[in-house]
Amino acid sequence: MKEAKIKTRDLSLFYGAKMALNSITMDIPEKEVTAFIGPSGCGKSTFLRTLNRMNDLIPGVRITGEVLVDSLNIYDKQIDVVNLRKKVGMVFQKSNPFAKSIFENVAYGPRINGINNKTKLEEIVESSLKKAFIWEEVKDRLQDSAMGLSGGQQQRMCIARTLAVEPEIILMDEPASALDPISTAKIEELIFELKKNYTIVIVTHNMQQAARVSDLTAFFYLGELIEFGKTKKIFTTPDKKHTEEYITGRFG
Amino acid sequence: MDNPIENRGFVFTKESLRKKFRWSEFLSEKIITGVAFLSITIIILIFFFVFKESLPIFQTRKKEVAKVEHVQKQEQYGGESDKGQTNSSGQEQYGVTTKDTMMIENQARGADTVVHGSDQATFKSLTGKQWLPVSDNPRYGLIPLFVGTLKITLIAMLFAAPIAILAALFSASFAPYWMREIIKPAIELLAGFPSVVIGFFALMVMASFFQNIFGYDGRLNAFVGGVAMAMAAIPIIFTITEDALTAVPRTYTEASLALGATRWQTALFVTLPAATPGIFAAILLGVGRVFGETMIALMATGNAALISVNPFESVRTLAATIGAEMAEVVFGDTHYNVLFLIGSLLFIFNFSLNALAEFYVKGKLVKRFQGKQS
Repeated sequence: MKEAKIKTRDLSLFYGAKMALNSITMDIPEKEVTAFIGPSGCGKSTFLRTLNRMNDLIPGVRITGEVLVDSLNIYDKQIDVVNLRKKVGMVFQKSNPFAKSIFENVAYGPRINGINNKTKLEEIVESSLKKAFIWEEVKDRLQDSAMGLSGGQQQRMCIARTLAVEPEIILMDEPASALDPISTAKIEELIFELKKNYTIVIVTHNMQQAARVSDLTAFFYLGELIEFGKTKKIFTTPDKKHTEEYITGRFG
Repeated sequence: MDNPIENRGFVFTKESLRKKFRWSEFLSEKIITGVAFLSITIIILIFFFVFKESLPIFQTRKKEVAKVEHVQKQEQYGGESDKGQTNSSGQEQYGVTTKDTMMIENQARGADTVVHGSDQATFKSLTGKQWLPVSDNPRYGLIPLFVGTLKITLIAMLFAAPIAILAALFSASFAPYWMREIIKPAIELLAGFPSVVIGFFALMVMASFFQNIFGYDGRLNAFVGGVAMAMAAIPIIFTITEDALTAVPRTYTEASLALGATRWQTALFVTLPAATPGIFAAILLGVGRVFGETMIALMATGNAALISVNPFESVRTLAATIGAEMAEVVFGDTHYNVLFLIGSLLFIFNFSLNALAEFYVKGKLVKRFQGKQS
């Protein structure tokens, strides 16, 4: 196993009095794809969102324990959330392009980081779109509204937008759940390419997808981490009975 | 045992499925439809009445020739009142009843004099620069009223729009949840604030306050009136802007924050642009409110129909003119008709503003979110 990029130590999360995550400890390795699986409401999306502090936006959330990214506790009072999120990017379940042109969408991240040089921006946009395998499809209509793209294209553009900020970690919250099989295949291919340079954590409801794209798989159930290990092992010879039952479709 | 379905008296036969006529349903539907149409009809009738009463002005030209004799009579009558000015000293204040000024006016206006001497307003006098409806030589120039209204609207919007939009932005993007629950209803309550109270406040407090600061002569002027009007327009602009801002999908905000944008950057570059059509509509409705506002204009602007760009000069607005003069006008008089013409103009203006707001927002929003526009 490669070196751990993200470590969580006894991480618990409460919505008011309700416990949503119970004392989770795991190490997510660098430049690999880690998949979170589990039934709806098991806390996998919530856990993903604690990794770049998106849960801060929800009122009434309380967190105990530690999340270490590159050995720094991101819940430390001294941490700047804005810079953290530049380092830990996120792709959402529903593609969420801004009502702007494709170019402006991808350039948004660099722009807010103070890059205003037009040629520099163009470079970043082009390389980001290329990395997300969507450049060929949109290079002739960069100035068109991003809302006019298909669902799959929008999602890949959103990934390009995330890449434009040059993060080290990319969190993906069911990135392909709203897409058709062909678009899903493209996203999976893209994830496979991206893991050469980025640490990727993906939440998915699709078991086959987890099996196809991930190196490691974590199974969550009712806010607890039941099992975590090599994908191959989880899908063939899981240690826990619960995991086996879920993967074989006996509950969930 | 009987079939339980039969016991409930619901047998699936041709008989039971036949259409039934339900009286209560029919009646309530008709009553609601009737009420809806009644209110629409009333509004249309009001407009027709206002417009009808203003029509005689446009018919003046035809009558002009026939009226010449009558005009001369009127001039004589005007002469009489000149002679009798010692008796009615109150007329002096109009400044046009003495013969000297009449002469000057006559020289200056040349051919128009005959018309001005009459009590009939023509198109020419409507576009004139003087609003003197109750002098012996009445003039119904609407220009000073338009200038006054536009001036005060501009001043009011310069104050109201930034304040209201920034307040809405704070409430929608920055305020903690509990604070928003207080701010929003509080400002919305202000919308129901009687304008006469705002007018009174402007008249008694704000006028002196601004006079102390700026040191102008007339206590009541366009500036005081404009600021008071802004207080009336702020709640409207705030509410609609706030709704537009909170209607921006949360995924937008999340996307921006996840890219490492600060809350300010998110609000400024994502939330605000996405809500532009709504904000535009809010401003238009605010303009409509100021345009039609009567009581504040009446109380705080000084009501002198002057044409100037100085914000500290007194102005008279279209709405305030109706409010001030309608009660004292002779029924069927030209002055009466002109006031109704002003009413029609206000109606048309506000109607088009609202229509523009409505269609702009709908058209723009739909296009924006369907991706037909970059």
